[in-house]
Amino acid sequence: MFQRMLASALFAGGVAGLLAALLHFAFVQDLILLGEKYETGELTHFAAPAQDGHDHAPAPTAGADAGAAPDDGHADDGHSHGTGSDLTRNGLTVLFTVLVYVSYAMLLAAGFGLAESMGRRIDLKVGVLWGISGFAAFQLAPAMGLAPELPGSIAADLGDRQVWWWGTALATATALGLLCYGRSLLTAGLAVVLLAAPHVIGAPLPEGYWGQAPTEVGTLYSARTLGTGLAVWAALGGALAWFWTRGKAA
Amino acid sequence: MTTLSSAKVTSALLPVLFMTVLGLSVMFVAGHAQSATLHDAAHDIRHATGFPCH
Repeated sequence: MFQRMLASALFAGGVAGLLAALLHFAFVQDLILLGEKYETGELTHFAAPAQDGHDHAPAPTAGADAGAAPDDGHADDGHSHGTGSDLTRNGLTVLFTVLVYVSYAMLLAAGFGLAESMGRRIDLKVGVLWGISGFAAFQLAPAMGLAPELPGSIAADLGDRQVWWWGTALATATALGLLCYGRSLLTAGLAVVLLAAPHVIGAPLPEGYWGQAPTEVGTLYSARTLGTGLAVWAALGGALAWFWTRGKAA
Repeated sequence: MTTLSSAKVTSALLPVLFMTVLGLSVMFVAGHAQSATLHDAAHDIRHATGFPCH
């Protein structure tokens, strides 16, 4: 059982990770680099060309923004972005994307193993539903409190956010498992409580908002990370089910 | 029948648990551990998957 879970997770996570990296470079990476230009002060967006703010004029291009970088106290916060040349940075992104999706695949494979031991059948359709549920637990629900961070945006204390993130992801995953496989009103009720609790408690928020990156880039960034995440998670669930069912036949 | 399926679930629990811990550990190292080297290497994908990064 363990060998089958591990093999399926490695294959499916590898395939999904490569797809995720492809979509990352197609939709997301440019926005990260743009956000970093605002974060470092290379660009600022408060010096847009004069307009009355209501004429729906075309938005200024990022490159046209001008003005002195605000003294935002951000230059010395000690974090850096990626490492080395573009090739190294992007290569490491591919490597870690595969690693992250292998970790997601391992959790889904554990779920497949548990479901099958309870007599539930895993097929391609069920696998895709598992993938979408994984997306809801590990990306969508945490994003409802902690939106995917564009570099140059402001957030609360890192430790507090990590605690809330883990709590939300695990509570949502448990709740979806109970909803899909539970057989009583009690499990359904418990699932609803687990789904709601993180959002009733609330994610840690910053004391104020003074992010350097434009809201427009941040919202596009959040939408794209969630959109690509949904696509890859669904593919991951399907691929895992494909390897899983072949593992059984073998 | 019930005894049989209970035994099946019990025997599956250990590998399921082990796989869960392994998955969470890999996710922690790739997505959440704050060592400078790991952070820099995984920076872009941590942002893109919505992990709290810095």
